[in-house]
Amino acid sequence: MTLLAEKSPAAEPAPPRRAPARRRLVPYWLLLPGILWLLVFFALPLVYQASTSVQTGSLEQGFRVTWHFATYWDAFTEYWPQFVRSLLYAGTATLLCLLLGYPLAYLIAFRAGRWRNLILVLVIAPFFTSFLIRTLAWKTILADDSAVVAALDALKVLDVTNWLGLTEGDRVLATPLAVVCGLTYNFLPFMILPLYTSLERIDGRLHEAARDLYASPATTFRKVTFPLSLPGVVSGTLLTFIPASGDYVNAELLGSTDTKMIGNVIQSQFLRVLDYPTAAALSFILMAIVLAMVTVYIRRAGTEDLV
Amino acid sequence: MTTTDTYTGGDVRLTGISKSYGSFTAVQPLDLTVPQGSFFALLGASGCGKTTTLRMIAGLEDPTTGTVHLGDRDVTDLPPYKRPVNTVFQSYALFPHLDIFENIAFGLRRRGLKSVKKQVGEMLELVQLGDKARHRPHQLSGGQQQRVAVARALINHPQVLLLDEPLGALDLKLRRQMQLELKRIQTEVGITFVHVTHDQEEAMTMADTVAVMNGGRVEQLGAPAELYEHPRTTFVANFLGTSNLIPAEVAGTGSEVVVTAGGGKLRLPGERCPAGARPGGRLLVGIRPEKITLSHADDAGAVPDGRNRITGRITDSSFIGVSTQYTVDGPAGTGLQVYEQNIERDPRLVPGAEVVLHWNPAHTFGLDADQDIAAGTEQETAAGAGSGAGPGAATGPGRNTAGPGQDIAGAERAEDSP
Repeated sequence: MTLLAEKSPAAEPAPPRRAPARRRLVPYWLLLPGILWLLVFFALPLVYQASTSVQTGSLEQGFRVTWHFATYWDAFTEYWPQFVRSLLYAGTATLLCLLLGYPLAYLIAFRAGRWRNLILVLVIAPFFTSFLIRTLAWKTILADDSAVVAALDALKVLDVTNWLGLTEGDRVLATPLAVVCGLTYNFLPFMILPLYTSLERIDGRLHEAARDLYASPATTFRKVTFPLSLPGVVSGTLLTFIPASGDYVNAELLGSTDTKMIGNVIQSQFLRVLDYPTAAALSFILMAIVLAMVTVYIRRAGTEDLV
Repeated sequence: MTTTDTYTGGDVRLTGISKSYGSFTAVQPLDLTVPQGSFFALLGASGCGKTTTLRMIAGLEDPTTGTVHLGDRDVTDLPPYKRPVNTVFQSYALFPHLDIFENIAFGLRRRGLKSVKKQVGEMLELVQLGDKARHRPHQLSGGQQQRVAVARALINHPQVLLLDEPLGALDLKLRRQMQLELKRIQTEVGITFVHVTHDQEEAMTMADTVAVMNGGRVEQLGAPAELYEHPRTTFVANFLGTSNLIPAEVAGTGSEVVVTAGGGKLRLPGERCPAGARPGGRLLVGIRPEKITLSHADDAGAVPDGRNRITGRITDSSFIGVSTQYTVDGPAGTGLQVYEQNIERDPRLVPGAEVVLHWNPAHTFGLDADQDIAAGTEQETAAGAGSGAGPGAATGPGRNTAGPGQDIAGAERAEDSP
């Protein structure tokens, strides 16, 4: 025994070390495709946009990097109403998605039984049609002479939304309400799926334990189900809010000039005005705002150890 | 919810309670009374209806028929959160988003108690987890989680504490320890415990009264020693420990019943026979393996008169340490089990040896022959630690492990049996 123990490290010191070293590299090899992808499609464009944002010049004379940071300030002061509007619309749509999505996710997770898979398919089914087509369909749904608008008018819902400033007169199309409706509709599945996943993961015996420990159904929801579904609420709201705040299709198709979101501004700066530095600067400002809000939100939600 | 604060006491009374799921009847109509302050075990294989019975007491399952009374109160229609009953769940069901302190305080807070610190502290001390108050459940070991589950239920001073296989997830050593611990807590707090288990040894160790359930029915109810010594059905005889059951024909009745089996005569006390035994009728004669003495055929003359004796040949023997377990085939029956204490081992008792099995007739019991002689035998292996129930008995031969595979076999078996 002792002889062996003394001999083996002296005789062959290298091989036992080389094999683990190669094994240590395996994770990096596996990461390589992902890292390359991120580099080419995320990091490089980001650097390129950053450099664009500090360029000056014109399309005819060409743009040059002049470290002109004033573009940021100018862009923000000129377009801050669109920023505020974007965040408001996205926030409202996220809230509506949560209010509509939570009961549905709860139903699928706990009550649907054998219908569960069918309902899940129905939730995802709209994705089989183009985003654009679906949004255009809402133009018909919310058209001035549509039954939906007539019903909303008859039910005095429009009076409420008028008062809230979401609609004007008896029109819905080309109002903030139409844009929020479109955003809510388009991003609802992104809310429902994470909510469903986190609700479905909850052990049913926890509900029984809560009921056994003097919690009524309502209290059980408040003290057990909802806290345990927070990871889904957080990821669902993020998956809804972040893309919604940068969206421009809904505002373009369902809104008017008064409902322009920051996405519309960026799009027109890039493709119509051809003022690339301003467009890039606006993109970075939006990114910074969303990043800051998300950081604060996740901190506040305090779900790091649950996710 | 206010009524949960008043500790009225009283027995748990189940009257004609049953539960059906569609065409499947999980629990046949049954009457059961659990005396106040007792440690009561519902014992049976998976699928025998014991957990369903427990859940009906908890209110987590609505009975198809019958009523549940706690003391004089009919609680059949009360939802679980209005019953003065708490449950320790099989998987503990601790709230993962709350720390240990809040888990234990959960019931008190739901009943609107503001200052829970003192009570929770005391409860943490009782289960010896004072230093873990701010830990999350997943940071605790299985045994510690189990104690939290007990504390979380007990702190509410329920009228009845229901335990649904609470020790099933623990390893053998910890299970023994927790059995004693639970027994100690029960004696200390004096609350009625209703304990569901498939482990017959666990039931016998802990409970004052055991109800053996099979196929949605209570087969027999009594103190552990009573059930072991006086089984009334083949299921109980086989499920609790091991029994040698020998088909026999009744030759004479009276205060002592004489039967013939395998060409020989066996005697047993009349009061340990089913009432219907008459000459010419059939009977199953039962004897526990540890009650039998094994002698080599050469020493047959030295066996005292007046003892029941049958002959046979050893087919298998396994040395367990405290005892040696022999399997004997003879004219009276095959696969007879004999457990011999390892005091003075006879070197001639090896497989192939001709032997005489003899025992005191008073230890013999008789069972109705119209039963499945093998009922409960396979479930026995699923019962966890094996058949080490009686004095001197240890694990059954060839059944030295109680893995999950055998549990499944037991469950299937339970569903097959009527």
